[in-house]
Amino acid sequence: MIRSLSFPRQMLAVIAVSTVLLLALPQVFEIDTILQLTLNFAFSILALSLAFVWGYAGIFSFGQAAFFGIGGYAYAATAINLGDSTPAIIAGVLVPTLFAALFGYFVFYARLTKIYVAVITLVMTLILYKFMGQTAKPDYMIGNARLGGYNGIPAVPPINVPGQPHLFAGPDEMFYIAGFSLLAVYVLLRWSLRTRFGKILVGMRENEKRMELLGFDTRLYKLLAFVVAAAVAGFGGVMFTNWNSFIDPHVFQLAFSAQPIIWVMIGGLGTLAGPILGTFILSTLSLELGVQKVLDVNLLLGAIFTFFVLLVPQGIIPTVRNLLEGRRLAGGDSPDGATGARG
Amino acid sequence: MVIAGIQILNTVAGLALISLGLAIIFGMMRVMNFAHGELLMLGAYSVQLAHSSGLNIWISMFVVAPLFVGLVGIVMERLVVRHLYGRMMDTLLATWGLSLFITGLITMIFGNMTRGISTPLGSFEIGGIRESSYKFLIIGVTVVLFAAIYFILRRTRIGMIARATMDNPSQVAALGVNPGYVYTATFAVGAALSGLAGAVLAPLTGVLPTMGAAYIGKAFITVICGGEAILAGTASAAFLFGAINQVTTIVLNPEFGEVALLIGALLMLRLLPAGLSSSFKRKVL
Repeated sequence: MIRSLSFPRQMLAVIAVSTVLLLALPQVFEIDTILQLTLNFAFSILALSLAFVWGYAGIFSFGQAAFFGIGGYAYAATAINLGDSTPAIIAGVLVPTLFAALFGYFVFYARLTKIYVAVITLVMTLILYKFMGQTAKPDYMIGNARLGGYNGIPAVPPINVPGQPHLFAGPDEMFYIAGFSLLAVYVLLRWSLRTRFGKILVGMRENEKRMELLGFDTRLYKLLAFVVAAAVAGFGGVMFTNWNSFIDPHVFQLAFSAQPIIWVMIGGLGTLAGPILGTFILSTLSLELGVQKVLDVNLLLGAIFTFFVLLVPQGIIPTVRNLLEGRRLAGGDSPDGATGARG
Repeated sequence: MVIAGIQILNTVAGLALISLGLAIIFGMMRVMNFAHGELLMLGAYSVQLAHSSGLNIWISMFVVAPLFVGLVGIVMERLVVRHLYGRMMDTLLATWGLSLFITGLITMIFGNMTRGISTPLGSFEIGGIRESSYKFLIIGVTVVLFAAIYFILRRTRIGMIARATMDNPSQVAALGVNPGYVYTATFAVGAALSGLAGAVLAPLTGVLPTMGAAYIGKAFITVICGGEAILAGTASAAFLFGAINQVTTIVLNPEFGEVALLIGALLMLRLLPAGLSSSFKRKVL
């Protein structure tokens, strides 16, 4: 099994397998499947951002979709103004990062409890939705980009070769860009969790008081985790805006902010692979349901989610892993107790 | 000036009204009910449906809506919340799953469109500006509800049992009261109050499956910024944020009103993380 390998080998295996898959898939599938996969890659980056901040740092943030949206808007506005995607990608990561740093300062330095953080990030998202919705008037411009209220910003330029706006990515190239971006984010997050920083975060999740008594400034580390997650989410938003060449305030809507939480919860909190799996399962499911129009999507998502919270709170991957390991150890407890540190 | 004063008072009352049910459930039971917005929405639907099927508007509003939503509260507590006591984060997640579920269900049944209820009572005129008399009803209902809850919690046996259960459930159980029933009842009362609030506000807001989202942000902020004291905290937070919201709305525009509300809340929580009621000298309800 892959878990018996050392970390660098594990990552090399993941990179090798993913690279082969990413290169092979466009040869096999039709364009609509490729587009759908590209969207799932962007969504998976969003899921990873929440998986990191919630599953490892123990901060439940409702706001990841908001940072995703801010990243998308920042990319769109910069790309329209400058006509080149390279500074726009940087802006798409930087703007949500700064926003999260400012917002997070107030939240974490006030030492708000988990529940309060959840509530206040939710409120932030709701207010962004309302605020972006009313920007239809022509005075809401960022340079040449009209924010456009609920209609959003159309015709966002796609990613191009740095400095050469006429060489831009088509659907196939976008598939590779989004796919390898997801791979890079995954590997980087896995690596960061092995560093001192990552271990401090997990320690904080397990016992915040103890970490504080050991001399760590938990406020600072929470803020840092929050900011890193916002940067990742913003990057996902850049990919999403590219996929769509369009961004509108629905990314700040309650139903949209709901999605990453469901993906992470169902895939497995405290893992990184689980949330990616959750994203693929549920966004495919939502798509199918949206086509059929028999059952309301929210109804089903809500039911699945409540079911998981009550009965499978660990999510798919840890549950399956525990089942497998339980069998191997003849019913003994999982050797690493908290399933958290791996994924 | 008088009109502005009435508008501010009305915003404050509306804020206090939508937060009361949530404040009771959170303050008494430490359950952050993320389906709160949907309880308000169900209240609005019950008054709309009852009234349009021929029932008197006041009976629909003050009897049908709280009764129905109270029942929904009982079902929610028995089926979901009950299994998660003491696990605040899981309760939050589960109720939030319920919120999606209820929104989806109502969308499937009634469709994603706004239904209206005509505003009862007429209007009055001050200095050439017409205002709906209904706004006074909202202020009145809010004051009466706060007073009633205060009275029940402070002066009646039921209120005493409820407070004692929240304080020390095993002691209460030893004295012969089943804490399970008290939890269910408390949750139901909170739900019923939310239903009533949704119903009272329905003529002003219209009725829509996703209307809960418009409420919850404000209600959550009011409750967490209110802090420990269920009634006094909620009321003072409602005054603070209602005033901020309405003044910004009058000076700038309604969207900035909400943004100002959030910024106000962030600043306030930075200064008083335990909420407004932590600055009170005396322990109050």
